[in-house]
Amino acid sequence: MDLLYTMLVPMMIASVSLYGMLRGVNVYDALIQGGREGLGVLIRIVPALIGLMTAVYMLRASGALELAAGLLEPVLRPLGIPPETAALLLVRPISGSGALGVGAGLIETYGPDSLVGRTAAVMLGSTETTFYTIAVYFGAAGVVRTRYTVPAALCADLAAFVAAAWAVRVVFY
Amino acid sequence: MAMTVMWTGMVVLSVLCSLATGHGSQTAAAALEGATAAVELCLSMAGVMCLWMGVMEVMRRAGLSRKLSRLMAPALGALYPSFAGDRQVMDVISANVSANLLGLGNAATPLGLEAARLMSRRSPGVASDALCMLVVCNTASIQLIPTTVAAVRLARGCETPFDILPAVWLASAVSLCAGICAARLFSRMWRR
Repeated sequence: MDLLYTMLVPMMIASVSLYGMLRGVNVYDALIQGGREGLGVLIRIVPALIGLMTAVYMLRASGALELAAGLLEPVLRPLGIPPETAALLLVRPISGSGALGVGAGLIETYGPDSLVGRTAAVMLGSTETTFYTIAVYFGAAGVVRTRYTVPAALCADLAAFVAAAWAVRVVFY
Repeated sequence: MAMTVMWTGMVVLSVLCSLATGHGSQTAAAALEGATAAVELCLSMAGVMCLWMGVMEVMRRAGLSRKLSRLMAPALGALYPSFAGDRQVMDVISANVSANLLGLGNAATPLGLEAARLMSRRSPGVASDALCMLVVCNTASIQLIPTTVAAVRLARGCETPFDILPAVWLASAVSLCAGICAARLFSRMWRR
């Protein structure tokens, strides 16, 4: 299993490149083009990342993060969610780069291989920026009456958070 | 606006809290540390991010997403029964889903918006059941390889940043099922 994870990246790169080349794709050109887009994405998220990580660092140093975790513990603990991730749960549906900033702060504070760090990573990987998506889609479609979309989407988010905490415990502990 | 309230709340709360707990000097240092750490994080994940975006672009040009969408057509027909006979809409939706699976966010969003626009022509101004389902499915993440998160973990010294994949797939599947079930359930209860 460990070998699979270590070799996953190089094997994917090699097989995709080979497949692309056999299909007549200019693989190197595509690689460079994609990388350029990646840089663009990074530049777009840096300012938000600076803002949110500053806030998370301040919250952590002031002791407010522990305080909030303690307050939310009675709600989150029965759901199996580590209370330290409370801030991530609040930001996730609203801002993608904000959630990345908060999540990166948690991964940094608790370590990438800790329970909290892994749960934060899985939460980030299994959810989307719900409110942003809803606004963009209904804006494009010219829809005013969104009916039950918001509650249904939030159900999916809540399920993702609970399932992320559960899946990390099942897979790793 | 929501982020304005969130950000201001976080910063004010930490100032008040640090005054109450006597952690003033730590908080002052942390404000500057956080900003530096964010830039360092971005730099340390830049390589992996760009590499992956490059590999994704190769996948897109090689036509892997088109293959994938042909594979998924039957399942999607069941999810959107009112549009199952509409080839134009179903083609766009399956392209949207396969781009989402491969993590091609820049390609997925325009396709999804096109599908939403086509669907809304039948009921202008009001979200039909199919359109609600489309949006709910797009608010649930189905990305097979969460590149950005893996890059953050790698940047923080994790040796196997992809070992969270099974957990991510489990959580994504649960979340998507919950979203679909909720949308189906609410569509019966909600009056137009």
